[in-house]
Amino acid sequence: MAGPILVFAESTGSEFRKAAFEAVTEGRRLADLLRVEEYALVIGSGVKGHAPELGKYGADKVIVADDPSLALFHPDYYRKIALDAAKKTNPGIILIPATSTGKDLAPRLAIHLNTAVASECTQLELDNGEMVATRPAYAGKVLIKLKIKTSPKIVTLRPNVFTAKEVSPARNPTIDQALTELPNSRMVVKEFVTHGAKKLDLTEAGIIVSGGRGMGGPENYRILGELAEVMGGVVGASRASVDAGWRPHSDQVGQTGRTVSPTLYIACGISGAIQHRVGMINSKVIVAINKDPEAPIFGFADYGIVGDVFEVVPALTREMKKFYGKS
Amino acid sequence: MRIVVCVRRVPDTAARIKIAPDGKSVDTFDVEFVINPYEEYALEEGVQLREKYGGEVTIVTLGPEKSTPMILKALALGADKAIHLKSDNFLNDPSATAHALADELRSIEFDVLLFGKKGVDDDNHQVGQMVAELLGIPCVTQIVKLEISNGMATAYREVEGGAIVVETSLPAAFTGEKDLTVPRYASLRELVAARKKPIVVKNVQQQPSLLEVVSVQYPPPRTPGKIVGKGAEAVPLLVKLLHEEAKVI
Repeated sequence: MAGPILVFAESTGSEFRKAAFEAVTEGRRLADLLRVEEYALVIGSGVKGHAPELGKYGADKVIVADDPSLALFHPDYYRKIALDAAKKTNPGIILIPATSTGKDLAPRLAIHLNTAVASECTQLELDNGEMVATRPAYAGKVLIKLKIKTSPKIVTLRPNVFTAKEVSPARNPTIDQALTELPNSRMVVKEFVTHGAKKLDLTEAGIIVSGGRGMGGPENYRILGELAEVMGGVVGASRASVDAGWRPHSDQVGQTGRTVSPTLYIACGISGAIQHRVGMINSKVIVAINKDPEAPIFGFADYGIVGDVFEVVPALTREMKKFYGKS
Repeated sequence: MRIVVCVRRVPDTAARIKIAPDGKSVDTFDVEFVINPYEEYALEEGVQLREKYGGEVTIVTLGPEKSTPMILKALALGADKAIHLKSDNFLNDPSATAHALADELRSIEFDVLLFGKKGVDDDNHQVGQMVAELLGIPCVTQIVKLEISNGMATAYREVEGGAIVVETSLPAAFTGEKDLTVPRYASLRELVAARKKPIVVKNVQQQPSLLEVVSVQYPPPRTPGKIVGKGAEAVPLLVKLLHEEAKVI
């Protein structure tokens, strides 16, 4: 496997996503073990000036496609650019963040490169130079270790699982222009419409304050929003509260929602049913607040408080304000 | 409007998943199977499109003989007919699934091709886009809303922090997210009527898998932690522990 490792360094606006740095860091680690080079691929609008930043995470070369028509993910345009880059550089491994963009893009590339994708991996290892990817299936009820028999081996990496780390000394990557002749497409990408003021997606958040059926109604999520704001986190929800129409599906954590792995997950009024558990079990630290001492969530939370969320959560917000020096 | 929805049976999300004795697969012997939830949202979308514009909803499923109850359920939920691509191999490679579906879909004329964004069993999130690439048609993934008029579709795909609006001419493929629709319940009468709807069964040979499973394991157990205390008075200690012991704040 002498080909380089090609990493799709995803950007949003003109900024790289955190998941891009995570993927470039993991790519560097593998490249060192395999004694190959690491190339990063950047696609977007106004991204060219940021390309050298990827040298900090270990990229030897950055291939850039910078065009106003690439500001938002366009499946045909991105696929064509990535495919051209892959054909030109002949990589052994392609790493792609498992974001909404990456999950759309990776399988399309695989079809045109006659290869397969290991989706949403949480660990990559080498076994005699052969890559073994670990990926959760059944929403994390099991972990599958697998090898891809064909090359290039395409892997998507679950965000927030791999750690972004700067290399020392930083590399000074060469910058290459990608082919930007865009294909004809029947798809027209019109615009990005935001859900509201939320800055971070649940999958990218370091702190999540999540509410379940115990919140009693949509109006009560205000207290979770206050706690999340003080801590710099975002609000999540259980399936019960989404199905009740209290919260949008984009807030749902669990098997038919988001799978998250924040540093801190605070579960408020959530019982901890299996389909919720599998979506948040890989959080670094779990705190549960529930009035039912028998709730299953206490069986896997690191810290629990037995009590009424309407008393405990506001008290926690006050205490966190003191802690963060905001009061 | 000619609508095709690809559906598949999966273990119920509440099912306990047991690893088979070979350590390389999952034992589904006594598991209850359902329609993959994301495909149920897609099917509901397809049925609503037919109710609005007329036409026909065909479901296509790739799976074992035992898929019949799932097929009958999908027919009861409003599909007009079914094509069952029968294959008894265990499928661990989405590209093998995509090739088998695309081979069949090449011989079917459709305007709208619907998928779920992923199966809740293997969580791969790959098949819809792969089939569309094989057929050379547009595909908008993870959609939460679909509007169709005059042969043009406007789809909203859910992304981090919002949605991206994509327009495409038809025929086109779409993969459904949870917010797309609220599936209906099938009445007893519809369940009975489903038995009279046509099901075409074809045996298919799938291409060999490009993936090799090394092992299937349970994730390491999470050890229960401690109850810090009761009520609001436990809060200061919790904050102290999060800071000093867990070091997460």
